[in-house]
Amino acid sequence: MIQLKDIHKEFDNTPILKGITTEFKRGKTNLVIGQSGSGKTVLLKILLGLFTPNQGEIYFDGIPFSSMTEDEHRILRREIGMVFQGSALFDSMSVVENVLFPMRMLTKLSEAEMIEQAETVIERVNLIDAKHKLPNEISGGMQKRVAIARAVVMRPKYLFCDEPNSGLDPKTAIVIDNLIQELTKEYNITTVINSHDMNSVMEIGETILFLKDGNKEWEGSNQNIFKTDNEAVTDFVYSSNLFKKIRKLYLED
Amino acid sequence: MLKHVGAYFLMIRLVFIKPTKRSIMYGLVLKEIQDLILGSLGIVCFLSFFVGGVVSIQTALNIDSTFIPENLVGFATRQSIILEFAPTFMAIILAGKVGSYITSSIGTMRVTEQIDALEVMGINSVNFLVFPKLMAMTLLPIVIIFSMFLGIFGGWAATIYGGFSSSASFIEGIQLEFNSFHVVYAFVKTFLFAIILATIPSYHGYYMKGGALDVGRASTVSFVWCSVVIIVVNYFITQLFFS
Repeated sequence: MIQLKDIHKEFDNTPILKGITTEFKRGKTNLVIGQSGSGKTVLLKILLGLFTPNQGEIYFDGIPFSSMTEDEHRILRREIGMVFQGSALFDSMSVVENVLFPMRMLTKLSEAEMIEQAETVIERVNLIDAKHKLPNEISGGMQKRVAIARAVVMRPKYLFCDEPNSGLDPKTAIVIDNLIQELTKEYNITTVINSHDMNSVMEIGETILFLKDGNKEWEGSNQNIFKTDNEAVTDFVYSSNLFKKIRKLYLED
Repeated sequence: MLKHVGAYFLMIRLVFIKPTKRSIMYGLVLKEIQDLILGSLGIVCFLSFFVGGVVSIQTALNIDSTFIPENLVGFATRQSIILEFAPTFMAIILAGKVGSYITSSIGTMRVTEQIDALEVMGINSVNFLVFPKLMAMTLLPIVIIFSMFLGIFGGWAATIYGGFSSSASFIEGIQLEFNSFHVVYAFVKTFLFAIILATIPSYHGYYMKGGALDVGRASTVSFVWCSVVIIVVNYFITQLFFS
């Protein structure tokens, strides 16, 4: 579980996050949604340790991040998996090499053990036939699956995904969403996903944090997002006619 | 400007701390030797041979006086090639070839979040990316040996086949008043240029901001700064060695 307490962050005296307090639960897909510029990416980068908050504290399973030593930070980093918006696969490495990479860099496993572990995960994301291909030889959806495999191969405690569906067709996007949710349950990971995608909100939003202008505007789940009368949330989530109709039907039911 | 100088030296510090596993680093260094050193040999050999030829032709054509001995062509070619052409001119050419490659490869990794991915994994990305390039570039003196040899050989070939002087006179010229200190000077500055060629382009790639277009821009800026720093360092090292 990850707890955030009163997180503030500013750049050049411009406040980006204004006192975010929330909790991301283990074994659940926790979504952070909001418009561009709402502070989602900054929040994710703070969770990753790439930015330091100006105020507030983050607790990883009860341990405050700021009190951790350099070695503890290093250990924590090994317990984090990250799926980047653009996949961030290493161009010169094949699928299997990309998945092997964190193990080769950070563990002392034998080559055979590493290959076995990597192939298990590659099989889990359904890419065993493409394991020797280079990233530029596979589709965007497959690249996302490789990125997910690379992120979970070290069996992380925490998985962060930055808009994992961006640039994908709706069908592939659902495959990616479901895969992330299944792996979250299977490996009992605390998963935090930044998303713009309303399908993801409806499909896998077990807990949802809605940010607006750096503030926590709303918190809930995909079940009660239909019922909320928070204007900012309904404006954002139901901005399309399709979702407006779905909500109307849901409320009528 | 000062901010960049400070950031550059901080990056150099990061190159040597939290090193990558030795077994991984070994492979990375070999790959960089292949890309940066062996990959540059062809163009260096080609340019050296022909520029050596031009130096000897120009020297020969500009000697009108009968009081100037024929072996001056060989002597001038040797001095030009060893002292300046092979180390300095080649370093500037490599700033274009190797420097642009380094900036664009690291810059592309920055744009596509591959560097962030390394950082998130807890890997010292500066060490991982820059150290192998730095190690590979320390072999630059080997490239310069080829450049020196082929430059002089090109001079000899142009002199003989152009009929400007005899082979014996040319060879006598290249042996004339040979001072091994000049070779030491050339290799010392080559070594410094190698460090410049590995680190300045890495700095421009690593700290670049923006998108694909900015990768090209960063490569150009890196080439300009590499050339400027090489020329300035060349001036000071020459002052230091010869004055």
